[in-house]
Amino acid sequence: MIPVPPAIQRIPWKLIAILCGITGFGLLVLYSAAGGNWSPWAWQQGVRFLVFLGGALILGRLPLRIFEDFSYLAYIGVLILLLAVELLGFVGGGSQRWLNLGFMNLQPSELMKVTIVVALARFYAQLPPASTRTVTALWPALVMIGLPAALVMLQPDLGTALSICIGGVIVMFVAGLPFWWFGGAAIAGLAALPILFSMLHDYQQRRVLIFLDPESDPLGAGYHISQSKIAIGSGGIGGKGFLNGSQSHLDYLPEGHTDFIFATMAEEWGLIGGLALLFGFFLLLRWSTRVALKARTRFGQLAAAGLTMTIFFYIAVNLMMVMGLAPVVGIPLPLFSYGGSSMLTIMTCIGIILAIENDSKTGARRFH
Amino acid sequence: MPNNKKPPITEAWRGITFTRRALVVGAGQAAVGVALAARMTYISVVDNDRYVLESESNRVNLTLIPPRRGWIVDRNGTALANNRVSLRIDLIPDRLHNREMVLGQLQTLLRLDGDTMERINRDLKAASGYQPVAVKEDMTEAEYSSILVRLPELPGVAPQRGFARNYPTGAAVGHLIGYVGAPNAEEYQKAKDPLYITPGYKIGKDGLEKYFQEMLKGKPGARRVEVTARGKVVRDLDTQPDVQGKTVHLTIDAGLQEYVARRMGRESGAAVVIDCHNGDILAFVSMPSFDPNSFSDGISNSEYAWLRADDHQPLINKATRGLYPPGSTLKPMAAIAAVEHGVDPSERHTCIGGYRLGSRFFRCLGTHGSIDMPTAIEKSCNSYFYWLAHRLGYDAMAPTARLLGLGEEFRLAGSNQRYGTIPDSAWKLRKYDREWSASDSLNAVIGQGYVSVNPLQLAVMTARIASGRRLYPRLVNRQFENEALPFSPEALAVARAGMDRVVNGAGTAVRSRLPLDGITMAGKTGTAQVRGLASGSRGQGGAWKYRDHGLFVGFAPVENPRYATGIVIEHGMGGSRAAAPVARDFMTYLFDREKGMEALETLESGWGGTISERMERDYAAWKAGASSDPDPGVPQ
Repeated sequence: MIPVPPAIQRIPWKLIAILCGITGFGLLVLYSAAGGNWSPWAWQQGVRFLVFLGGALILGRLPLRIFEDFSYLAYIGVLILLLAVELLGFVGGGSQRWLNLGFMNLQPSELMKVTIVVALARFYAQLPPASTRTVTALWPALVMIGLPAALVMLQPDLGTALSICIGGVIVMFVAGLPFWWFGGAAIAGLAALPILFSMLHDYQQRRVLIFLDPESDPLGAGYHISQSKIAIGSGGIGGKGFLNGSQSHLDYLPEGHTDFIFATMAEEWGLIGGLALLFGFFLLLRWSTRVALKARTRFGQLAAAGLTMTIFFYIAVNLMMVMGLAPVVGIPLPLFSYGGSSMLTIMTCIGIILAIENDSKTGARRFH
Repeated sequence: MPNNKKPPITEAWRGITFTRRALVVGAGQAAVGVALAARMTYISVVDNDRYVLESESNRVNLTLIPPRRGWIVDRNGTALANNRVSLRIDLIPDRLHNREMVLGQLQTLLRLDGDTMERINRDLKAASGYQPVAVKEDMTEAEYSSILVRLPELPGVAPQRGFARNYPTGAAVGHLIGYVGAPNAEEYQKAKDPLYITPGYKIGKDGLEKYFQEMLKGKPGARRVEVTARGKVVRDLDTQPDVQGKTVHLTIDAGLQEYVARRMGRESGAAVVIDCHNGDILAFVSMPSFDPNSFSDGISNSEYAWLRADDHQPLINKATRGLYPPGSTLKPMAAIAAVEHGVDPSERHTCIGGYRLGSRFFRCLGTHGSIDMPTAIEKSCNSYFYWLAHRLGYDAMAPTARLLGLGEEFRLAGSNQRYGTIPDSAWKLRKYDREWSASDSLNAVIGQGYVSVNPLQLAVMTARIASGRRLYPRLVNRQFENEALPFSPEALAVARAGMDRVVNGAGTAVRSRLPLDGITMAGKTGTAQVRGLASGSRGQGGAWKYRDHGLFVGFAPVENPRYATGIVIEHGMGGSRAAAPVARDFMTYLFDREKGMEALETLESGWGGTISERMERDYAAWKAGASSDPDPGVPQ
């Protein structure tokens, strides 16, 4: 047996394989969605993936300490960016989510999905165990979640706001806050749904209503969901074959390369393709959950669990949306949908989780 | 709710709690994942059929190819309505990239006027991505090829060889066949058939074309194409040919139909010819008429205005919609009624130039002296029939008139009949709330007063007298009983003998004797007043619209009758003068076509050519006149 050099052993080959598998599959779908062309989407997405993968691997080699130390600073920085976007948007008029950095459009709300988790993880890591069941454990977290969520809601971007909330709440949950707080909040939230609904924008309300009955408006806003279900449903078990998806190729499926890419894939690859992709995501999430369970520090545990949830939330909401189980909220499918911002977020999450994994391999565990 | 058994919160406890809760979260995520997999399985396996169907209906667009319309043929298979190749071009909005340029080119090449351009622009706006919009139909070969050679520079232009309705004999069959036209918005709303908005598709709008629409329409062909969500055609999938509509066989004799129409000349009137064996309508003419070809191609406003302005009313089918006092043509019927009521036909009455009823004197046209019944028919003596009517009353005659088909609405394909009046005392009481008087009977017996009939009824009456059977007129092979009439042979013989002598004896129509050896025609003339007798005018001159109508009923041959006819020439001034000669000529034609045509051609050269030649000339003259008149519709 040839001895494998430690430098190569330290590279997380299994993770890279999972990421490459998912993204590679996505590239094939993008190739097909462009009518059998690597441009304009597939090659750009591929290059972007390689760059971000490199970035994630580098992030993974950084000491975990750095993330912990910079977490509050990053949180405040992104919060300021969000405010800046809000002000620029106010100046520019209409909904603004982007900051143009010249080489790319930066969406601060995407960064917030990561920083909120890391910041809360640090907060709970520093919290004395005895305070876990006190109000001291609650209100700072609520403020930290509430500020960015409110700013993002103002953009308005319901999907991202929800994602920020979910990531934060999960960190609170695994931090050990009393169970009934969550149960009570859930019940209160359900009761407040009508009020929340009335606070939504017109187009958001319409989306929710149409989600409840997509056939009521098959050519209007329900068109997305209807066409997506047609694409998935007509694919059957084996799909229509690579490059043979009529729904996507004939433009019936809107956003076939971004938010609705799963439908594009399912039409051509069928149920088999869909289950394979789900399995890929399962492997990814299983890896990150294991990292959380094995993490050496409390910060690592909480951050890994929260980031796992952030990735999961993307996947779940996107898939529920394309299958008609959730309203149309513009959430892309991680690694699969064409687009830089979401891939940046996901790869940052993975980089941090990788750092947590490396941290747990190097030092002795503090707990257990 | 304080919990006293709570363990102390330590780091170890926190670690265990974390593991437990992380597992709960993980399990929750796994559950969602399984739910998503299940949902996807449900959509793509259980609902697969439904979504495959929806995906196909998205992908495939069906273009209908208008079916060729069925022919309408006469009894010998000659086409009265068929289809001719029509060269047309349409625009496919989705392929029209440079609209201004293409429309400009088309306007120049095809010399399209402003109205047409406006319509095309309007249609283009309303049309969805790839529903064709008609530019021009019935193009000449030269125009068509001028487009064909420039086709590469004209994206979006779709030339097509379609079919258009054609009526070979034109105006001669206008009122009989009707015409076709593009469906209007209401008809489309009612039918909800996408074929109705396909350019080039026409439906029956009037007459037999409308009546037999279901039979004639055929089944459209279809071209299946793959289209994008925006309606752009990606490729052709397959094409299914159309199925032509069924042929409708009429009882009409195309040659006779055209002959009669032409023989009517410049007159306004109607003539119907019926086969005495079975009630087949051999000719069904109302003149002047319109050219159904013009209507089917979409008649121009000015041509329509011209037709409407004509005082000879070319748009009204006088054969079934024209009601006329029948005048003396009802005398054979009155004779039958009298014999049936016990009057001896040989009984004589003396005509003293009229008949005195109380203080009134009803005039006869002559002073015929002592005459019997057949002679009274021959001479058309009013006095004799006044005497009969006074003696029997019209209530005794009206049932006979109805048995002979007068006042009756027939079950006749595609016709819209006004069936007139055969009055009796009950009718008058109902209608005017007045008692029937003897003078009413006298007026009715000479076919004036309340009596009104249409030309079809006159022909049916004659056919029934000639055959002795209750014939029903028919245009298609529809079965009727045609049972024998409940009249004595003697009564029918008297009527026929009288009618024979009208033409072949010393009667009112001796000048219309058939110029044939061994074949004779029997008949009865009628002259119906347009103005009341009181006006003093005899209606033999003066303004056209106040002149008397000329009527004639007849059958031939006298022995073993085969053909029966009823003719009305509006304001023709007399049956013997205007109507009987027409019958003479077409009866001649029926037995000797060459001889008949000779007579017609001589006449037509005097009238200024065939129907279409005259119509063209009249239209041109009218247009010239109308264009000099700034507002022809409104009297100044």
